Amino acid sequence: MNLPILTIATFLPLFGAIWLLFVNGEKQEKIKRIALVIAIGDFIISLPLFFKFKLNTSEFQFVENIPWIKEFGISYHIGIDGISLFLFLLTSFLSLICILASWNITDRIKEYMIAMLILQTGMLGVFISLDLFLFYVFWELMLIPMYLIIGVWGGPRRIYATIKFFLFTMAGSVLMLVGIIVIFFMNHKATGEYTFDLLKIYNLDIPMGAQFWLFLAFFFAFAIKVPMFPFHTWLPDAHVEAPTAGSVILAAVLLKMGTYGFVRFSLPLFPYASHQFVPLIAWLAIAGIIYGALVAMVQEDLKKLVAYSSVSHLGFVMLGIFVFNIQGMEGSILQMINHGLSTGALFLIVGMLYERSHTRLIADYGGLAKKMPIFAVFFMVMTLSSIGLPGLNGFVGEFLVLVGVFKSNVVYAVLATTGVILSACYMLWMFQRVMFNKITNPVNRKLKDLNMREWALLLPITILVFWIGIYPKPLLSRMDVSVNHLLTQVDDKYKISLRKINLENDEIAARAERAARAVAAEAEAAARAAEVEAAARAAEAEAAARAAEAEAAERAAEEANSADPMMEED
Amino acid sequence: MPYFFGCSYLDLIGYVLLFPIAGSVINGLLGKKLSKPVVGIIGCTAIGLAFILSFFVFIDLLHLAPEHRVFEKDYFTWIGSGSFESIAGLQVDPLSVVMIMMVSGVGFIIHVYSVGYMQDDDGFYRYFTYLNLFTFSMLLLVLANNFLLMFIGWEGVGLCSYLLIGYWFEKKSASSAGMKAFIVNRVGDFGFILGIMLIFVTFNTIDFTEVFQAAPEHLQMGGFVVTMITLLLFVGAIGKSAQIPLYTWLPDAMEGPTPVSALIHAATMVTAGVYMVVRCNVLYTLAPFSLTVVAVIGGVTALFAATIGLAQNDIKRVLAYSTVSQIGFMFLACGVGAYIAGIFHLVTHSFFKALLFLGAGSVIHGLGGEQDMRKMGGLKKYMPTTYKTFLIGTLAIAGIPPFAGFFSKDEVLLEAFTKGSLLIWGLGAFAALLTAFYMFRLLFMTFCGKSNMSKHAEAHVHESPMIILIPLLVLAFLSIGGGFIGFPTASAINSFLAPVIGGGHHGTVDGGSLHHVSAGMMFSMMGISTGIAIAGIFIAYLMYIKNPDLPAKIAKKFKLIYTIVYNKYYVDEIYDATIVNPTVKTSFILWRIVDVRIIDGFVNAIARIVELKGEVLKLFQTGYVRNYALSILLGGVIIIVCSLILL
Repeated sequence: MNLPILTIATFLPLFGAIWLLFVNGEKQEKIKRIALVIAIGDFIISLPLFFKFKLNTSEFQFVENIPWIKEFGISYHIGIDGISLFLFLLTSFLSLICILASWNITDRIKEYMIAMLILQTGMLGVFISLDLFLFYVFWELMLIPMYLIIGVWGGPRRIYATIKFFLFTMAGSVLMLVGIIVIFFMNHKATGEYTFDLLKIYNLDIPMGAQFWLFLAFFFAFAIKVPMFPFHTWLPDAHVEAPTAGSVILAAVLLKMGTYGFVRFSLPLFPYASHQFVPLIAWLAIAGIIYGALVAMVQEDLKKLVAYSSVSHLGFVMLGIFVFNIQGMEGSILQMINHGLSTGALFLIVGMLYERSHTRLIADYGGLAKKMPIFAVFFMVMTLSSIGLPGLNGFVGEFLVLVGVFKSNVVYAVLATTGVILSACYMLWMFQRVMFNKITNPVNRKLKDLNMREWALLLPITILVFWIGIYPKPLLSRMDVSVNHLLTQVDDKYKISLRKINLENDEIAARAERAARAVAAEAEAAARAAEVEAAARAAEAEAAARAAEAEAAERAAEEANSADPMMEED
Repeated sequence: MPYFFGCSYLDLIGYVLLFPIAGSVINGLLGKKLSKPVVGIIGCTAIGLAFILSFFVFIDLLHLAPEHRVFEKDYFTWIGSGSFESIAGLQVDPLSVVMIMMVSGVGFIIHVYSVGYMQDDDGFYRYFTYLNLFTFSMLLLVLANNFLLMFIGWEGVGLCSYLLIGYWFEKKSASSAGMKAFIVNRVGDFGFILGIMLIFVTFNTIDFTEVFQAAPEHLQMGGFVVTMITLLLFVGAIGKSAQIPLYTWLPDAMEGPTPVSALIHAATMVTAGVYMVVRCNVLYTLAPFSLTVVAVIGGVTALFAATIGLAQNDIKRVLAYSTVSQIGFMFLACGVGAYIAGIFHLVTHSFFKALLFLGAGSVIHGLGGEQDMRKMGGLKKYMPTTYKTFLIGTLAIAGIPPFAGFFSKDEVLLEAFTKGSLLIWGLGAFAALLTAFYMFRLLFMTFCGKSNMSKHAEAHVHESPMIILIPLLVLAFLSIGGGFIGFPTASAINSFLAPVIGGGHHGTVDGGSLHHVSAGMMFSMMGISTGIAIAGIFIAYLMYIKNPDLPAKIAKKFKLIYTIVYNKYYVDEIYDATIVNPTVKTSFILWRIVDVRIIDGFVNAIARIVELKGEVLKLFQTGYVRNYALSILLGGVIIIVCSLILL
């Protein structure tokens, strides 16, 4: 009997949250320890997913399928494949990091930790749901603690940021809900079965016209979350106001739900529409890459800079997904992980600075490398990882994405590659202004280097950064079969759509041909008729009776008549 | 074949990389707690071992028949995704062996020198961590057996360059120079990455051997694809090797410690572009247009940088422009198809330019940090050994026989004349004249004539310690004798490197050896080269020894030209005005206008509309649950009916 690892790993944090409800809120240390133990336990429990993951099957693994609300065909159907595996692990890993990063929070720590743990369950659930309804439940569940974390433990403009975040995400979610319900009924119409089961719905052949609208409905939900240009403006505000752990989760995991949604839902459910939308998405993604980088360059606030850099990085991810080849897709998935690690770490780093100097303005820093050499090393590694230095994680993903894009469209690839230059500009310029030059702000003379807890936060991420950069094979090999399967699935369905269109086109062509033939016949008849007339006139003029000629004219007239029925036929 | 515990040295090639990286990691992690001598010993030993092993690998390679001198060793798959594969594998062949011996050899000498030079610096261990890491990256660059792995080394050396230029990061000019180097290099890498991708899409592999084997059959001579590939790769080379228009980072890179300038910004890293072009010679030979571009960029850069070198007063900046110019020579050689002459000049240049930089370092060290040549003069009596070695280096770069630079530069010019055109040759020859002039100007201003030192400096000026002088002596020896690896032509280096040219298998391409040139031609060219060099030296002598007032008069007479050259043709200012500032301005507009006003303005407007609607909708808030239930039901039915009708 196999343990239901996924269920345990997903609901353990929720269990921890419930446990915390019964703990006295005054006992801060105890609360933090409980939360930490739960998070560590959760991470350890999810590790076997990586080691026991079978490389040679495209089937979902660790599947659990229990009917939930039978009347509506809703089931507790969960499982992972090579695409969700790493997002799941990333979530459980970073949740652990985040709990440790929140150690210095003193305000309502009990509620905070409860929110964090519920958030974790929600996020994990999103990545494992194989039932549309279940997915939607987790999707919304996760948002509530996120609103609270920003709105309660956030910065001075937290209410504005939370409302903005709320409105953006809700706007998207509502459309997606409508989309899900429509699919539910379409599936019933086609198969006679009421079900939200994703794997069953995958077989549904959605008419092309409907695909267009459904794709759009899901698109807004996901694109806002990614966030794609121009739906990104909630992100800098949310990041700036969120507490450190909130920013880390937001950047590392929440944004990936958008890109994951595209991979898991939009592509396989609406393959035809996905292909049709490529130009729009590609141009938005490229705009995001360049725009995000340029705007990041001139930010004065560290968190905003990192936030805009996310817009740029996620542009690469989106581009990789929508080129429909293996390098692009694997690069994108890897880049989701990479961005989670390096941007997560950058937010931690900014948080560490903020805890020390209580400012996030770049201008308030400068010369820190002298005072904080170890911090400088970690910061440099993460900066380079974000820039995509070969040998570190970011490069592998970015390069694969670019290769994939290059294979499908050279222009997109050339434009996207400019991101390589721009990322170096904004990151290194920021690094210079924060870490190098002379210390000008007297506050910074007293800064202390990393403490043990901060070491413990950054070291594991750094190890992963090097590992993925130098030996990404354990990750890529686990994605391989699933990505291949996904792409063939999409491709096959797309081809069927195309064939249908071809059939339709054939029919249209046939009709057009018939019409053309009719027109030709008409023209011929007219010509003949004219000929007849001419002949008749000639006959008149030459005064009667050239029998042979008259016969010919008659024959021509007969032929003209025989053309008539064809004209009527159409 | 000599064996080492049962394996040939070739099998141990991985250790050439392992030693430097191990040194870097040890010093990086523990260096803070170790004493300076220990750090120095670890750093030097790592590179010394790499050099010894490289030498044995070279011997091993010599034992093989020339056509079998290719050894590949694959370690693991680095990136594999679908049909895309990049193996972590090394390739030993004559070209990479020459490069690793040069890199580790010159690298070792400079490491030893650094122990003395950086003695008083607080970041001693940090310095050696970076320097070892640099050597590792550079060795990886030349040993990699595919384009993407080479790119790790390519960017790795760029990173170390960034870190070492900005080594004294508290100085704003230093940290800015480092950043500039990295970003300008990235501009080049933009092309390089696209080149790699185009290679992959064309050949479905990025392995050197496979690509070069497939290229002649796969690609049309002078075809669009091969021209694009080679041009894109060359964009990378332009960035890394500081050619027009991306050379501006190199003079600024002189902010780094002088041994760094010697190692990275003269001897090794900046020549990576030349190595890359020679490595891809099969492709370049298939693309005559690209070759012309390479030759023209090289020739123009050689001349252009030399003119700037005429008017600079900072000793390191003169050497920096001289480096840009000399690399131009190497590209000029490659561009006319004389790849081996390019590599030959690369090797001799690494000797004498390292020597010159280290000599300059010795001067700067002796003067307590002074770099302005106008505040030097007459140093030969205070620093005799430095002077003598510097003189050797200067003679070598000027191209006086029998010093190393003479042979290689002469060969470049000869090839330019026979394979290129008179114009290309003219560019090179004129640049050579200027080189001899400005290098002797430097020598005279620094070591000869009367002293212009401040009282304080004069009191403290001293010859450098042995740990600095010995490396100078070794390099001086190499600058004298180094040229003989390529003389007489068509021997030694030529025949050793020949198999690498033209893929070694096809043999149709002339390996750059000179058997088609008559001896008379060769010697008359040698005579012309020497004459040019002597002329340059003589003019410098006239202006800086005989009539020391002359330069000021000339500067006054040709004020406009002098000002333009003195200010390096205002290229940095032009880039700032046309590229940097507009980009920053655009970014501000995107942020403040597009993001804040337009997009957010739109969002806020919607929010306001919703608010207003809320006022209206309040009327529906009756508070009766039955009313709400009714509207929920109605809403659900409407949605569902609509969707069923629509779809």
